[in-house]
Amino acid sequence: MAEAIVFWTLAVLILGLGIAVISARSAVHSVLFLVVNFLLVAVLYVTLNAEFVAVIQVLVYAGGIVVLYLFVVMLVNLKKAPERYADPRRVPWTGTLLAGAVLAEVIAIGVYSTVSSDGAAATGGGLGADTPFSDCGSLVSCNTEQLGWVLYTSYLIPFELASMLLLVAMIGAIVLAKRHL
Amino acid sequence: MPAGFTAADFYYLLPELLLTGGALLVLVVDLLFPRREEATLGMTLLTLAVTGAAVVGFTGVDTTISAGLLAVDGFATFFKVIVIVSALLTVLMSPSYLRVEAVRAGEYYFLILCATLGMLFMASGIDLITLFIGLETMAISFYILAGYLKPNQRSNEASVKYFLLGAFSLGILLYGMSLFYGATGTTSLGGMAEALAGGERSLMLSLALVLLVAGMGFKIAAVPFHMWAPDVYEGAPTPVTAYLSVGSKAASFAMILRIFIEGLPSLVADWQLLFWVLAAVTMTVGNIAAITQSNIKRMLAYSSIAHAGYILIGVVAATERGVAAALVYLWVYVFMQLGAFAVVAMLRRQDVIGDELKDLSGLYLRKPFAAVAMLIFMLSLGGIPPTAGFMGKLWLFGAAIESGFVWLAVIFVVNSVISLYYYYRVIVFMWLKDETAGSDIVISPAMATALVIAVVGSLLFGVYPQVLFDHAQIAADMFGSAVSTAALR
Repeated sequence: MAEAIVFWTLAVLILGLGIAVISARSAVHSVLFLVVNFLLVAVLYVTLNAEFVAVIQVLVYAGGIVVLYLFVVMLVNLKKAPERYADPRRVPWTGTLLAGAVLAEVIAIGVYSTVSSDGAAATGGGLGADTPFSDCGSLVSCNTEQLGWVLYTSYLIPFELASMLLLVAMIGAIVLAKRHL
Repeated sequence: MPAGFTAADFYYLLPELLLTGGALLVLVVDLLFPRREEATLGMTLLTLAVTGAAVVGFTGVDTTISAGLLAVDGFATFFKVIVIVSALLTVLMSPSYLRVEAVRAGEYYFLILCATLGMLFMASGIDLITLFIGLETMAISFYILAGYLKPNQRSNEASVKYFLLGAFSLGILLYGMSLFYGATGTTSLGGMAEALAGGERSLMLSLALVLLVAGMGFKIAAVPFHMWAPDVYEGAPTPVTAYLSVGSKAASFAMILRIFIEGLPSLVADWQLLFWVLAAVTMTVGNIAAITQSNIKRMLAYSSIAHAGYILIGVVAATERGVAAALVYLWVYVFMQLGAFAVVAMLRRQDVIGDELKDLSGLYLRKPFAAVAMLIFMLSLGGIPPTAGFMGKLWLFGAAIESGFVWLAVIFVVNSVISLYYYYRVIVFMWLKDETAGSDIVISPAMATALVIAVVGSLLFGVYPQVLFDHAQIAADMFGSAVSTAALR
């Protein structure tokens, strides 16, 4: 019960802040809303017993990424919001129509599936069941250890591929940013 | 050796490891010989050739590696060959184009190889995490490649548009994936299929399915998620456009077939309906929009949207025959589409951008070989009998009829007829219009090689398609066995 209250409070706050991020007039306000949003997501991770991810969320997102955003806002100097995009070729109702059609489809499928089935079925399982840390003492260290274990064993290949991805991003940033190579 | 890994895991990863090593070596070679672009080109071609040889070496293997994250089976091998052949053709058509545009080649080839690496993982991934990281590696490489012509505004526009829309669509895709993870508690496709086997549906699953279809629909540029395609295709450097429309599309189809047919067989009724509508709308809108284009790259963009619609028929059929038909079509599509883009890339000269239909005027008088090659590609794209495109269409048609989707087959045929109009228009310009100004068209040896390979491919598989049919059938037969063994782990 207490868990549910915490979750729903957090969920409402996170979504509300998300809307605030995209609707704030000043870019700096947007970024500040985003910081709070990231911090609340970190709290959500804590309630899910993912302490390590929560700490990383605070360090990397709330700390590093947002500072970068502030740099960009400072450099671009967005005093006022950019003018509204007005493309003469643009037909706004096509987008509305498409969005409506997709929404109708989702609703139709939703109604259809709730009528034709008795209820949601969700089975558990997942990772962790067969990792060697199912019964370790300290929760926090256990969490980090488990994550490291999974990353460097079962998920080693995707993990290494992610490092290639980062290399591509780095080289790409240099290619695009440097005036003359 | 990390726990849970054996030497076999790394042995079966050989193609990916070779490609990664080769890509890094390309950077080193570029640094050591900054003024020798042939060295970089040679290294790139060598890497692709060696990787291709390693992939072909695993023909007939059917196993899962890396704790059930990757499959090395006929299906993966088939797609890996498609991807590597398209990368090879793309690289061959690049050097003369890059020289005219006066851009550095080193990082360009590195990024092409990295995009290829991502595609290899998309072809063999049987776990949402592997598939997603593969997709992301490919996508990031393409975002940069699309904007590689920095002084060119259209190239910048292409890059920014592709990046922003790509990021949104990736978010949508991830949301769908995370909902499936929430519903099943696993990211393995086999595990998902097992967990969902009860057949009970819920609102959460439907929502996840719609999000997944939308996210993948963006990657194959299916209507209504196609808005980015014409602008990006037009603005990106022509060889990159070619690779984007063939390699990226093939790898995304590999991912779609894996996820939906292997991972979500119990929801088949739902996604079949979604893809049915998507296929019908995609081919119709793509073909009708292509008719009015005066820019060849835009026309080919809409035509490639239409072709995505055709290939979706194989997904809708959701049978072994359907999978085989999609494989056959993607294979022949490599040659005809890359060939057409090679001709467009060839038209780029110092004083001519060469991507308007009128730039093709009188091509037959100036370069008969190029004109005849383009004729073959256009006939093949239109699906005229002696060419490979006809065989691809025939198989898709058969798959649709066999699975009882008669109306979809009818829409397919009507669309093929519509598409003939704009393919013939290209031929009319090449033969019947007067010659226009502009400096001489030069066909470099690399470009000539690419054109010859594409022409041979477009004709060979039309005249003698049996080899292709056999391989596609074997790949489709093996399809699914990897996941069921992974699920048993």
